[in-house]
Amino acid sequence: MPNDTKILNGASHRSLLSKQDAHTQKRNSAEKRFRIYGMVALSIGVLFLIFLFASILRSGLPAFTQTVVNVEFVVSQEEFNKAESKMLKTKAYQDIFVAALNAELEKRNVEIAYDKKTIERIVGKPGGTIRSYFTEDPSRVGRLAAFELTASSRVDGYFNGRVTRESLVDSRFLKAVDLDLVDALHASGIIRQAFNWNFITGTDSGVDNPGGAGLGASVIGSFFMMLVVLFLSLPIGVAASIYLEEFAPKNRWTDFIEVNISNLAAVPSIVFGILGLAVFIQFAGLPQSAPLVGGLVLTLMTLPTIIISTRASLAAVPPSIRDAALGVGASKMQSVFHHVLPLAMPGILTGTIIGLAQALGETAPLLLIGMVGFVAREYPDGFMSGFTDANSAMPAQIYTWASRADPGFYEKAWGGIIILLLFLITMNAIAIILRRRFERRW
Amino acid sequence: MDGGGMPVFWVVAVIFVVSVVGFITGRARALQSAAGDARRLHSLPIYYGSNVALWAIVPAAAALIVWLLMQPMFVNSKVIETLPASLLDGGSSIGLVMSDVRRVAEGLDVAVAQGALSRDAAASIGSSSVNIRDFLGSIGVALGSDVSPEVVDAAQLYRGLNATGSTLMSWIVLAISVLGAAYAYGRSNADFRARNVVERGALGLLIGAASIAIVTTIGILFALLFNTIEFFKLYPATEFFFGTNWSPSFSGRGGLSELGVLPLLWGTFYISFIAMLVAVPIGLFSAIYLSEYASSRVRSVAKPLIEILAGIPTIVYGLFALLTVGPLLVSMFGKDTLNWMQGGTAVMTAGLVMGIMLIPFVSSLSDDIINAVPQALREGSYGLGATQSETIRLVILPAALPGIVGAILLAASRAIGETMIVVLGAGAAARLSMNPFDAMTTITAKIVSQLTGDADFSSPEALVAFALGMTLFALTLGLNVFALFIVRKYREQYD
Repeated sequence: MPNDTKILNGASHRSLLSKQDAHTQKRNSAEKRFRIYGMVALSIGVLFLIFLFASILRSGLPAFTQTVVNVEFVVSQEEFNKAESKMLKTKAYQDIFVAALNAELEKRNVEIAYDKKTIERIVGKPGGTIRSYFTEDPSRVGRLAAFELTASSRVDGYFNGRVTRESLVDSRFLKAVDLDLVDALHASGIIRQAFNWNFITGTDSGVDNPGGAGLGASVIGSFFMMLVVLFLSLPIGVAASIYLEEFAPKNRWTDFIEVNISNLAAVPSIVFGILGLAVFIQFAGLPQSAPLVGGLVLTLMTLPTIIISTRASLAAVPPSIRDAALGVGASKMQSVFHHVLPLAMPGILTGTIIGLAQALGETAPLLLIGMVGFVAREYPDGFMSGFTDANSAMPAQIYTWASRADPGFYEKAWGGIIILLLFLITMNAIAIILRRRFERRW
Repeated sequence: MDGGGMPVFWVVAVIFVVSVVGFITGRARALQSAAGDARRLHSLPIYYGSNVALWAIVPAAAALIVWLLMQPMFVNSKVIETLPASLLDGGSSIGLVMSDVRRVAEGLDVAVAQGALSRDAAASIGSSSVNIRDFLGSIGVALGSDVSPEVVDAAQLYRGLNATGSTLMSWIVLAISVLGAAYAYGRSNADFRARNVVERGALGLLIGAASIAIVTTIGILFALLFNTIEFFKLYPATEFFFGTNWSPSFSGRGGLSELGVLPLLWGTFYISFIAMLVAVPIGLFSAIYLSEYASSRVRSVAKPLIEILAGIPTIVYGLFALLTVGPLLVSMFGKDTLNWMQGGTAVMTAGLVMGIMLIPFVSSLSDDIINAVPQALREGSYGLGATQSETIRLVILPAALPGIVGAILLAASRAIGETMIVVLGAGAAARLSMNPFDAMTTITAKIVSQLTGDADFSSPEALVAFALGMTLFALTLGLNVFALFIVRKYREQYD
């Protein structure tokens, strides 16, 4: 490195305070460049983050709205009887609906020609919904009934910009000419955007109905998994940390445990999935796709995280506390459980919440224990079946949607990610608040 | 836990009740033996109660866990013994027959639970003329093929053994719990050294909890090794390790699969390499800037921002690769412009996104290491007239190098084991190609695809996933151990 010797060898260049010579200028510009490299690297990192969040929000927010068709009409007793006496009852109701829609359009002075098939392509076949509304409670006949019908996912996509007139290929789902009617209905306020509660509370739909898909059942699945993780990994993790930090003698067995814990922290998550499949499902015969199995696998994954953070907070409690307890006659066990552990608790809880947040977003092991491909159409019936009945989990549900052929599901997947991230942000915020509020500096 | 979920729940509940009753009575008996004066007891009263409660819970819980693990194995082997040889002649394996047996048994349990069948009718369904497949189909349990009478018999045996097992288990475990509590209760008197006993018991539990890490490692090794050996019995190991072709046949054709790991290894390393190309310069320079140049205000904002990238679940990155980065790259390098890229899923897509994911990993580890270099080295260098960048390049980085290399190796091991990004972003075709815009696949992606299909678990197409898992485990473990070794061996010791 000849350059370096020149730098250190002051005799090779004479520097004046007033005027920089060429060598100093070179060194100074190298300094500036180096600094800029760092700044650029840092801003690239931050830009990636902004880009990531922008694309999540841009693609995911439409999942929270849906397009609905609002129609109000009265079905008289006569019409009801006539429809019920027909062979094709739902079709009769469909005709009533079309007539009502026509009347509505006329009332608002909208003139447009369309055929019945267009209506079907826009709102599907609402006859069944309308019929069950009246047959459920016959007293509704003769009164004004307001229907809010969900429009098909293509129409939804038209309003979100996913489907445009130019890109639309005529199919049995939607034709370009139908959009004229859609525009007319939109202009007259019959079609409008509404908040999609079904996406948050509903359950997964079939592969051909992206509009009806909801995340609710898999949120419950994730919740039961997290219960298992919390109630297993917190006590086991704390107990293991207490032993290693407070009691373990320096011997081979302790070393062996320590090596195992640090290795487990670095084992790829998919390997834990293989473990779950081979041991919990094949060997122990636990049910596939069950939140219980998912929770067990995630417990094993989170344990190293919790053990590492718990040990750090135990180690942060000063030895004077232990000495004082021993000095007034407490046993070693009493000093730990009565004094050290309560003082370390805020740190332990913070670590546990962060570990849970990690487990909540973990997907790969869930793929192997059968949580993908299972269509979570129902909520579990009770508390116990919440653990053992097949269900999905949030990240698994997002993956399922992302791998379906209909691009309508992509929007749902992004929307699911927004909900997942909201959960994670909340958990991390709680952890930070806990730390700020209760952490003691000794 | 086929229909056995409730008994286990009740057994646990009863054990809990026994322990609470034991706690109260044990404590009371000890106090009574000291004539109500707690000062005459050896230990605090609470320890006498805890002693009884521990004796009620620990042995019973251990027995419960052992029983739950052993019963399925025992029942399976008993049922397999009774299977007639004629069932296995048709080319179907024991595994397939047993899964039929299990499904029929579960279906009958479901039928009883739903009230579609009485208990007695379920026990005698084999002899009646009902078509079991249609019947179970009507209550929502689908069976793949028609059920032979032998399978129904085996299923009845399976149900019978399981029912007997569950009943036996409940009684034995409860007996152990009560006996344990009674034994400890009998010893509760003023002279009994309850605290010492309880503390020894508690220490044992702590050691047990700490040993779970070892049990997990053993479980992983057991699961991987056992199935890998099965795989190598069906498929030659040399062809697995040196085969350059990956084309598993779908179940049914059998025997035509080529399962060479080399294309998968190549895809894994190529994607990881691109990820490291992105992550290492950005991460390292960010760390240098944050630790050496940035004001504390910039640092307090930028460091958490970068670390957010580490907290984002990998499924998010996977979707980002599939739906945002992939199409973006196609619009830059695709058919309309350079025609290098055929589809959105490619090595480049997955590598780029994985690189983004690893930036915080590299930067925060390097940040810690750079901060650990003593201030005296920096000041010495400034004193000799070096500029800040010269100090970093010539003094700090060489001193921090072993740690930084360790961090990079750890990040590489992360990249090799990453699953969701490659499953969604890298494609499914296994090929040996140099073009980074081609779709390739990795070990982790193939583990997922081989184990989530409908393939029979005893076929080589499914078992190969365990051999791939073993390869992955060995690779990542080796990298981690090597990283630790480098850090330990070349670490400069400062005081």
